[in-house]
Amino acid sequence: MAECHPVAFRWPVKAKLNGAKLIHIDPRFTRTSALADLHVPIRAGSDIAFLGGLINYVLHSPRWNTDPFFKEYVANYTNAATIINADFKDTEDQEGVFSGLVQFTEPPFWPYNGLLGRYDNASWQYQRGPKAAGPATKDLVARRAGPPFDDLVRSLRPGPADKDPTLQHPHCVLQLIKRHYSRYTPEMVERVCGSPKEKFVQVAEALLANSGRDRTSAFAYAVAWTQHTYGVQIISCCALLQLLLGNFGRPGGGIMALRGHAAIQGSTDVPTLYHSIHGYMNAPSALRPHETLRDYLAAETTPTGYWGNFPKFMVSYLKSMYGAAATPANDFGYDWHPKILGDHSHMAMLAAMAEGKVKGMVVVGQNPATSLNGTATRRALRQLEWLVVKDNWLTETATYWYLAPEVKSGQVRVADNKTEVFFFPSTQIAEYDGSFTNTQRMLQWHFKASDAPGDCRTDSWFYHNLAKRLKKAYAASTAPRDQGWQRLTWDFDPDPGEKPLYPGEISALKVLREINGYQTADPTQHLKGFAELKDDGSTTCASWIYCGCYPAHDQNLTARREPDPPGVPGAHLKWGWAWPANRRVMYNRASADPRGQPWSERKRWIWWDATFVNPPDPKTGVVPPRGKWVGYDVPDFGATKAPDAKPKPGSIGLDALSGTDAFIMKGDGRGWLFVPAGLVDGPLPTHYEPHESPVQNPLYRQQTSPVHKVWSKGKDWNPLASVGDPKFPYVISTYRLTEHYLAGAMSRWLPWLAELQPELFIEIGKGLAQEKGIKNLDWVVISSPRGHIRAKALVTDRIGVMNVAGKHIHHVGMPWHWGWMGLSTGDVVNDLTSWVGDPNVSIHEGKAFVCNVEKA
Amino acid sequence: MSAGAGAGTALGGLVGLGATLAPATARAQELRIKDATTTPSICPFCSVGCATLIHTVNGKIVNIEGDPRSPHNEGTLCPKGAAIYQLHLNPNRATKVLHRKPGASDWEVVELEWAMDRVAELVKKTRDETFIERLPNGKLVNMTSALFALGGATLDNEFNHVCQKFWRGLGVVAIENQARI
Amino acid sequence: MPEPMGFFTDTTVCIGCKACEVACKEWNQLPAANGGLGELSGDSYDNTRRLDGIHWRHVRFIEQFKGPYDGRWLMMSDVCKHCVQAGCLEVCPTGAIIRTQFDTVVIQSDVCNGCRACIAACPFGVIDINPVSATAQKCTLCYDRLQVGLEPACSKACPTDSIQFGTITELRARAHKRVDQLRAQGVQAQLYGAEPDGPLGGLNSFYLLVDKPEVYGLPAHPQLPTRTLGRSATLTTASAAVLGLLALVGLRKRRMEEVAADSSGAPPLPPSSHV
Repeated sequence: MAECHPVAFRWPVKAKLNGAKLIHIDPRFTRTSALADLHVPIRAGSDIAFLGGLINYVLHSPRWNTDPFFKEYVANYTNAATIINADFKDTEDQEGVFSGLVQFTEPPFWPYNGLLGRYDNASWQYQRGPKAAGPATKDLVARRAGPPFDDLVRSLRPGPADKDPTLQHPHCVLQLIKRHYSRYTPEMVERVCGSPKEKFVQVAEALLANSGRDRTSAFAYAVAWTQHTYGVQIISCCALLQLLLGNFGRPGGGIMALRGHAAIQGSTDVPTLYHSIHGYMNAPSALRPHETLRDYLAAETTPTGYWGNFPKFMVSYLKSMYGAAATPANDFGYDWHPKILGDHSHMAMLAAMAEGKVKGMVVVGQNPATSLNGTATRRALRQLEWLVVKDNWLTETATYWYLAPEVKSGQVRVADNKTEVFFFPSTQIAEYDGSFTNTQRMLQWHFKASDAPGDCRTDSWFYHNLAKRLKKAYAASTAPRDQGWQRLTWDFDPDPGEKPLYPGEISALKVLREINGYQTADPTQHLKGFAELKDDGSTTCASWIYCGCYPAHDQNLTARREPDPPGVPGAHLKWGWAWPANRRVMYNRASADPRGQPWSERKRWIWWDATFVNPPDPKTGVVPPRGKWVGYDVPDFGATKAPDAKPKPGSIGLDALSGTDAFIMKGDGRGWLFVPAGLVDGPLPTHYEPHESPVQNPLYRQQTSPVHKVWSKGKDWNPLASVGDPKFPYVISTYRLTEHYLAGAMSRWLPWLAELQPELFIEIGKGLAQEKGIKNLDWVVISSPRGHIRAKALVTDRIGVMNVAGKHIHHVGMPWHWGWMGLSTGDVVNDLTSWVGDPNVSIHEGKAFVCNVEKA
Repeated sequence: MSAGAGAGTALGGLVGLGATLAPATARAQELRIKDATTTPSICPFCSVGCATLIHTVNGKIVNIEGDPRSPHNEGTLCPKGAAIYQLHLNPNRATKVLHRKPGASDWEVVELEWAMDRVAELVKKTRDETFIERLPNGKLVNMTSALFALGGATLDNEFNHVCQKFWRGLGVVAIENQARI
Repeated sequence: MPEPMGFFTDTTVCIGCKACEVACKEWNQLPAANGGLGELSGDSYDNTRRLDGIHWRHVRFIEQFKGPYDGRWLMMSDVCKHCVQAGCLEVCPTGAIIRTQFDTVVIQSDVCNGCRACIAACPFGVIDINPVSATAQKCTLCYDRLQVGLEPACSKACPTDSIQFGTITELRARAHKRVDQLRAQGVQAQLYGAEPDGPLGGLNSFYLLVDKPEVYGLPAHPQLPTRTLGRSATLTTASAAVLGLLALVGLRKRRMEEVAADSSGAPPLPPSSHV
C-alpha cells in the first residue's frame, strides 16, 4: 500500500498512531512492511492457504465461539444457515475438485476461451422447497409479455431455501465451511505458504481481538490478489473471512481493492471491457440463452433483491444506445446489439491475433507491447493489418515495429512487418474536462486548465470524430447489418452557443448526462436516481449505477469539493459523488444490529430512528408510518423499511427481502460465505498451486485449478514450465514501485521520476546471490520458458528463501515498469510472463510463476 | 540536457524579480503563483483520486499541488502526483500525428484530418469484411471479433462511454482495458 | 515578528516515497541530475544519493537485517537543518546567506558568487553548486511560500506527515510527545537537533531517530567550522560563546524587514463547483 498507493497509506499510518495494529503479508519486505507492526512473508500464490488457515483458526477460536456478536452477525447477515443440495461434493471428498466438473470443448466459432475444464454448478445450489405456482417463464417469453416485465421477473422466483437456524445441519453452509478448511491448520499454513507458524498465529489473534461489536478490521489488497489463476477465489476467501468476523458494511471494515489506475474503477463501471455492458450487466452472449430481449432478461435477472429491477436498467441502457428507434415493438433494438462469442479478453484476443484472426486494433493509453508474454504479444501485433496507437508519448506499442528487442537483434526484419501503424498524440489531465472514478467508487470531476500543444486531442475527440465519419460512410447503406449503427444515437456535440474546448471536441457534460440518464421525452429532465428508472422506454440511462451523479443540468455532483468540517464523524457526502446513490460504505445496513441499533457507540454508522416522522407521499398524500434509517452515510437499504419488516409474499425486488436482509444485491439478502452461483471455479475457495510452481500441491492431489485458462496451449509462443521444473527453480513476482507507473509511459519520460529509479533491477536474497556468485549491481540474466532478460541485481534481505513443503524455495522479484522508450530504459519484464489466467475474469498470473537467475 | 522542463526554469526558485537590492538585505520573493488562476483537478496516476490544484498564468501551467480540502489526500501527494507538472511541460511529449506505411522503415508526419479519414476507412473496411450476422447455428449475433479496442483505465468515464458506445454500435465486442491485466 | 519556523521529521512514519524530493523540485523548478538519465546506485532504493544544489530534499534508505525478512528498513527525508548558529552564514564572504524573519537560513542566489566557502562550512554536507545557476543552493524552507502563509512544498506533499512544518515551539512539543509514545512502546526513539542548548544552538529542522545519528548519515556532534581547529576544551567553550554572540549580532543585522505573511499572495481556492 505504501509502495503503490502512498497517499492512501496516510490513513493506516494515522490509525497506527491512534493505536491500530498494522499487518503486512507479502513475499517482499516493502516500504509498507517498514511501517507495519508485523510483516509476514508468504510464498507468492499461496494466499488461499493462508486465508483458509485464518478461517479455520477463527472458527475454532474461543473468542469466535463465545462472543455472541459473531453468531448474531453470521446468522442474520450471511448464508451460514442455508442448506446446500445433498449431492454437493466438497474438495475434501474428491481430492481437490468439487462436484460437477465436466470437460470443456472449444466452440468452433471462437476457439479462444482457454478453459481447461468446466463446472456444472447444479449440485452447488441451495436446497429448496417447491416453486410457487404461476405463469412459466418460457410461456411469458414466448408470448412476448411486457413491458412491464414484472410478471417475467416474478416467474423466475425460486422456491424457498431450506435453512437450519441452529447451524448444525451437516449440509448447512457453516458446517460445510468448517469441514472444507479443517486441514488448513497453522502447521499446514507454514508448510504451504512458508510463513512462520508463530507469525500466522499472531495475525489470527490480532484479527480476532480487533473484530467484534466495538472494533473492526479491514483488509486492503492490490492487484497482487487478482493476478492468479484463482485470483477471484483469493478475494472471495477474504470475503468469507470478513463475513465470519462481522467486518462488512461497517466503518473501518471490509475489503479495500486498491486498484491501479485513476479511472480503472470507471472503466469497469463504464465498461471498456468485453464481458460487461454498463453497470455490471453481462454482455449479451452467443453462449447463453440470450436470443431475444426476454430470453436475456430471464437469464440475467435475479428476481429477488435489488437486481430484481434489472429489466429497468437494461431497457434504459438500450434507450441510451438506440434512442427513438428503440421501441417496445423491436425489443428496444436488442437485436442490433452485438453478442459476444466467448472470451474476447486481452489475452484471448492476442491468442486469436497470433493466429491472424484479428485485423485491426486501436490502442488508447495502454502499452501491450510490454505486457504479458511480451514476445508473443509483439508477434501477435505483427499479424495485424493496421494498428492505431493514441498516447501522450511514443510508447513501446507505437514503436515495437522498429525498436523491439527482436527487431534490434535482427530476428525480425522491419520490412517484413506489413502492419500500417498510426500514432495520434493525446491531451494530458490538465487539458480537458471529465471525471475519474477512484477506488472508493467516487466520481471526481476535473477541469481544463490549459491548452494542449500541437495535434494533441482528447481521446474522446478521436472516437467522436471517427464516429462522425462512419455515420456518414454508412448513411446510405440498406444492409440490415448496418441498421444498428445507423440508429445509434450520437449526440455529444456541445449545445449551440457552447464553445467546444477544442475544434470538434465533445461536451463532456453531455456524455455525463447520457451516462446519468434523463426522461426520454425531455432530455433536460435529468434522472435524480435509479429509483426513477422504468422498463417501458420512458427513461434513458446508460449506467444505472451512475444515475444521480448529475441530477440537474446545473448540478454536476461529481465536481463538488465540500469536505465535512474537522471533527465531524461524517462521510464527506458533499465531496464528489460515489455510486451507488452517493453511498460511501456499501451494505451499511450491517453497521447496525438486526434491531437496527448501532453495534456499539464507537462503530455507529447508520441506524433505525423509530421516532422519525416521515412526510406524506407527495402523490397519494398518505402518511407513512414513523421510522427511518439515519446516520452519517446514505443508507444502503430501503430508507423507511423497518428492521422487523417481513418479505412480501410472492413479491420481487427489495419487497422480497426482510428488514434484516442487509446484502440487498443478493437474491437472499445475505452475504455469501458459500457461493452457489456466479463463480465458475467453485463455491468455496480452495488452495491450488499457480500454473507454474516449484512444488506439488501439499493439500490436494489436484495441482492447479481444474478450470483455469491457458491460451495458445501447445503453441511455441506460450511455453509453460512443468511442476518443479529444475530449469526454473525460483519463484518470481512482478510488481510496481512508488516512483514509476505501469509500463512507464507516464513516468520514465519524466526526469524527476526517472532519476529516482533510473534502471530496471531484480531483487535477490543474499542466500541466492551467494549461491550464484552474484554481487550487488552485477548484471544478471533472468529466464522463464518464454524468454530471458537482463537486469541489475539488488541483493537484499528484504526478499529471500522460504521453506515450502520441505523444500527451500528462493523468491525473487522484479518491478515491471521498463521498456525501450523514455529517459530511463530497461528490458521488458513481461517477456517472462505467460498467457495463463483466471477462469472467471481472464486475468493473468503475473504474480507467481517460475524463473532462473544466472550471473550475466 | 534533455530535462528541459526542469532545466529551463531552474533559476526560478531563488532568483527573485525586481530591482537589485543592497547585498545582505533580503527581499520578499515574488510568489510564482501570485497572480495565477487556480483550477481544480485530479491526479491521473493511481486510483486513490487525490485532488490537485493547477495554477496557470495566461493559460500556462506554473504549478500543480495537492488540494488541501480533499478528504482523500488533504493536500498531500506522492512523487508521481508531485510530478504531474512534467507530464505537461516536457520536451519529450509527442505532439504530431505519425503514419507508417506497411513495410516502411520510417514514420511520416501526416495531417490529423487525413489520418482520421484513413482510420475511418480502415475501420469500415475491416468491419465490412469480417462482420458476422448469424452463426452457423443460426444465432443472431451482429458482431465482429476481428477488431480490438484496447485502453481506458487511465482515461475519463466520459471517454470510456464514448469508446464503448462507438465500438458496440458498430458490432465490435473486443473492447478491453487495463482492468483486465 | 513571526516565531521561528522549521521542520520536524518523524522518521518512524517515513515511507520513503520521495514525494518530498519531487514536490521540492516542482516548486523550486530544480532539474533532475543529468536530465533524469541516471544509474542504479545499488544502495537500497536511494538513487539521488545526497543533498546538493539540485537536490534540496533527499531520502535515505537504511536496511538493517540479520537475515531474510528479519530486520527493519529505516527511511529518512533529509534537508538543510536551518541551524540557529549557521556555519554557512558565518563564512559567506558576500553576505548572500541571510537569516530570515522566520529564523531560517536562505542563500540569495543573485548575491552568491559561487565561492564555495559555505559548502565547506556546512557540517551536514547540505549545500552544493546548482550547475544551472552556478551558485551555491540549498533548501530555502520555501521562503517564498512562507511569506504568504503557505506551507513548504515538501511537508505539504508528505503523505504520512513524516515531515511536519510549524513553529519550533510547537514542533518541539509534538516531537517530545511522540518520543514518549514510542518509548512507551519500547522503541529507542531520540530527537536530533531539538534542544535549544544543543549543538549549533539547535536545529530548526530536527529529527526523530530510532538509531544513532551516524546510521542516518548525520554527524553525532555537528560543529561550526571554526571549532574544528583542535583547541582545548576551555578555549572551545570560550570561542563558542563568542561565536554565539557574533551569530546573534549577525542575526539581528541580517534580519530582513518583516513582510506581512498574509495569504493574499496565493490565489484563492476555487469554489466548490457546480457546473
